[in-house]
Amino acid sequence: MEKYGGYSQEIIEVLEKEGIEIYDKIKIIKNGKEYVGLLMPRPFYGDPCCIVIKLSNGYNIGVAFNEKTKVILLEKSTGTRSRATEVDELEKSTGEVAIVNTGGTISSKVDYLTGAVYPAFSTKDLYGMVPEIKNIASIRARPLFNILSEDMTPKHWEIMAKVACEEFKKGAIGVVFTHGTDTMHFSAAALAFAVQRASGPIVFVGAQRSPDRPSSDAFLNLLSAVITAKKAPFAESVIVMHGESSDTYCYVHRGVKSRKLHTSRRDAFKSVNDVPLAKVENGKIIILNDRYVPREEKPDNISLKAKFDEKVLLVKVYPGCNPEIIRWAIDCKYHGIVLEATGLGHVPQPMVKYVEEAVSEGIPVAVTSQCIWGRVNLNVYRRGVELIKAGAIPCEDMTPETALVKLMWILAQTRELEEVRELMLKNFVYEINERLLL
Amino acid sequence: MESIGLKVGIEFHQMLDTKEKLFCNCPTSLVKEFKGSIVRRRLKATRSELGEVDRAAMLEEIRGREYVYEAPHEASCLVELDEEPPHNINREALETALKIALALHADPVDEIHVMRKIVIDGSNTTGFQRTALIALGGYIDIGTKKVPIQTICLEEDAARKISESEGEVVYRLDRLGIPLIEIATAPVITSPEEAELVAAKIGQLLRVIGGVKRGLGTIRQDLNISIEGGGLVEIKGVQYLELIPKVIEYEVMRQINLLKIKKELQERKVDLTKNKVEIVDVTDVFKETECKIIRDSVKRGGKVLAVLLPGLKGVLGREIQPGRRVGTELADYARVWGGVKGIFHSDELPKYGIKPDEVTKVFSVLGGSPEKDAFVLIADKEEKARRALQAVIERAELLPICIPSETRGANLDGTTHYSRPRPGAARMYPETDIRPVRILPEWLEELKKQLPEPPEIKFKKFVEEYGLSRELAQKILLSYRLDLFEKLVKKYPNVSPTLIASTIENILKSLRRDGVPIENITDEHIEDVFDKVSRNMLAKESIPEVLKYLAENPSLSVSEAIEKLGLIKVTEDEVRDYVKEILVKFSEEIMKRGSRADKLVMGIVMKKYRGKLDGALIYRIVKEELERYLHL
Repeated sequence: MEKYGGYSQEIIEVLEKEGIEIYDKIKIIKNGKEYVGLLMPRPFYGDPCCIVIKLSNGYNIGVAFNEKTKVILLEKSTGTRSRATEVDELEKSTGEVAIVNTGGTISSKVDYLTGAVYPAFSTKDLYGMVPEIKNIASIRARPLFNILSEDMTPKHWEIMAKVACEEFKKGAIGVVFTHGTDTMHFSAAALAFAVQRASGPIVFVGAQRSPDRPSSDAFLNLLSAVITAKKAPFAESVIVMHGESSDTYCYVHRGVKSRKLHTSRRDAFKSVNDVPLAKVENGKIIILNDRYVPREEKPDNISLKAKFDEKVLLVKVYPGCNPEIIRWAIDCKYHGIVLEATGLGHVPQPMVKYVEEAVSEGIPVAVTSQCIWGRVNLNVYRRGVELIKAGAIPCEDMTPETALVKLMWILAQTRELEEVRELMLKNFVYEINERLLL
Repeated sequence: MESIGLKVGIEFHQMLDTKEKLFCNCPTSLVKEFKGSIVRRRLKATRSELGEVDRAAMLEEIRGREYVYEAPHEASCLVELDEEPPHNINREALETALKIALALHADPVDEIHVMRKIVIDGSNTTGFQRTALIALGGYIDIGTKKVPIQTICLEEDAARKISESEGEVVYRLDRLGIPLIEIATAPVITSPEEAELVAAKIGQLLRVIGGVKRGLGTIRQDLNISIEGGGLVEIKGVQYLELIPKVIEYEVMRQINLLKIKKELQERKVDLTKNKVEIVDVTDVFKETECKIIRDSVKRGGKVLAVLLPGLKGVLGREIQPGRRVGTELADYARVWGGVKGIFHSDELPKYGIKPDEVTKVFSVLGGSPEKDAFVLIADKEEKARRALQAVIERAELLPICIPSETRGANLDGTTHYSRPRPGAARMYPETDIRPVRILPEWLEELKKQLPEPPEIKFKKFVEEYGLSRELAQKILLSYRLDLFEKLVKKYPNVSPTLIASTIENILKSLRRDGVPIENITDEHIEDVFDKVSRNMLAKESIPEVLKYLAENPSLSVSEAIEKLGLIKVTEDEVRDYVKEILVKFSEEIMKRGSRADKLVMGIVMKKYRGKLDGALIYRIVKEELERYLHL
């Protein structure tokens, strides 16, 4: 019974018999003691035989249930609890900045009574969360998905790209995507390739701490994202998140050059092999990097290539790894392989011949480094040279994630190996940085 | 006290002495010198889905503060900085808390759920406190009655405030996350003495069970006080046990005085809500003022705003607690809500450089009468002064109506100051980062075995084994320092247990009656005293003197006190030589009295050596030498 949560069958039967539903006021009599409170849904972990009630002092406790326990209904709950927000009439409304929700921590809200988490996504919710947005730009909220970012797939990127393009054509000067942080850099890279020559930036924003917490990073992040969407001179796919642990400023990271590098810190996202495009502090945007794609004058100049070939395998290399994984990829008819190699782009000896085999079957093998930082160079050591001879494509200083997304994007346009090789090494949106600084 | 319907409830917050914090693996000690990272944050008052914001939370947001967090590397990690989710609940803390619950005859719950309680004064980096209810019910037996316990909770302590300035508060994160046990009694305590007894008994129980920290600041008491017809007031932060009765007495005094004022104002038919009270700009009145505070404020761009309080002449100056008047209360409100430094009110003027003619002018501008009315003035930035005066008006309006329920802070002299409005229904929701903990009956049985022996058994042991009188045994059983008594008796077997008990119970109390600040005397001081006694380096007659000195100079050690007081013990031989001298000097008298001369000799010798050698030993020496002398 979903409506009760994870209670045991025995308890559910008793509750149903007494006509008790979640949030009703009940009395539990056990061992001569009485407990009065509101019935809470049982989480799906822990002991299913403990009844969870919220006492009048606000605390939740679990009361173990056995055959001698009595449960009595005292009062039905008043009114319905909040549900997910209804869709706004957004098609009618206009706004300079479109905020598209794909889910994630940032767009959730909590019912304080029950502790349940709901997606919170309407213009009203957003203004409620960060009233200061009103002083920056007019917004229109557009709910798209409500998924955890670990469940994102290239199909979702395709839809997001189309939506972004739509919004720009409708006149938005910037499009913000609220997104889970786990795979935000994948999505940001995907949209960087899929949507080019836009009249404004595509801004990905997330939160490491949910907005029900007063300490949430969502507030500063969202405000900074809207500022970026409105005021940035560039039209790139970017990620806006805290620049440091303090609530002082956010960085605007180029999507194809960023990565989530900490599981929990507010400043988990860093620019890798590049300098952040900008810093947003005290309501202003300060450009830090002159290398950017500027806004197009006409919204109709926008170029949409929103297809991704999902059959690409990302393989992390490690001592003793079984090179047969490449054979497996060939047999399963994968269209491309990205290696997250060691150091300058090296693999154990036995793997080289499998790379050769894949290439001979017309499957591009792109080489990146698990060092994350630095440029791949297959000319320096012998193993690298062997890989070149085998036909591998060295991916300069692209992160494994960006190379993966780029290869998926290219393979959706052409399967011709030499064309793929050329396009992987072409710099579309500054995903390759020829000049790495200290 | 019975007749005024006094009802007091006490909430104890005791720090647990666990190896690691409640939700992370940092040590539970405070750092003296800060070495670490500094992080700046803002906290947003979150709105419930109904769009409400907790009043106390709104207050903090109005202040628009920035919080500066000192994160010492020794005593904090990413969890305290809210940069990492919490770790599993600390097992040691859970065990200690359950043992305490069992000792208080409370019922531990079957499954513990950790909650988030919204707190946005910055003392929790997350904006909430993690707290769990672990037991319900129970009681503490104070001999005359059993005071019921309502709830026992296990929660994390907050960061400690280091400093505060305009728009910014600095906290240190060493204390954040230290486990606290919270014990809340029912509000059935009916006198200050009873309250002190309850506090002593619970404090004693916590110490006897063990696993709790000691020293100033490791236990904090909050009091809920109400009298018939008064308001329900929560007083936070009563630092030490001995202050509790005074705080209660003064709060009762405050409320009784406010009730008297309320009655008078009602008889005078004073009603401030009849007409809207206006805030008026009176900066012009003070164009040429000699009042430095006003001049400086205006120079910095401030204004002087005033508000007329009709019918309140003489009321603002009325004292409601020693050293605190109604005007002092209004100043508290102004400070809390407007952030201003203080107020001026007509009952205390002319003063501070404000002249009589300025006072008259203000009354005139406000349209009030100096014979019947009062006014309040604030000189500060307009926005702050306005907010402050609005709060003053709201508080003044209540004077003929009721005593507001509020949260107050305890001052060191036992008076209290307004701190903030009572928070609304605690905004609490589940802490979903922590799994609920199932408490199985088998575990509780194990813990029960680890509880200390009940008081009846101790009583028997004290009387029969330690030789204490029944009266002293009763007293020490009720003592906050019971555990120290037992420890010292075992540690110093050559010191009389009666001396130890009597020192802890009688001597300290007697010193307190003399006005000695005995709250400065630590367990370590007392132990040190008996260490010296056991090694014959301190005579028992000198104990009160040494303790008094330490109370006034708590940073000194017992050795230093002994030296400073000239109580350095002398050797037997030195005393013996002196006795021999005296015998020769007063030989005539002594020969006359024979063996009854011992009193005379003792008198002379004690004058010189009292406190420098054990009195009984001196007497023995005198008797021996006298005997020898008489037989020569």
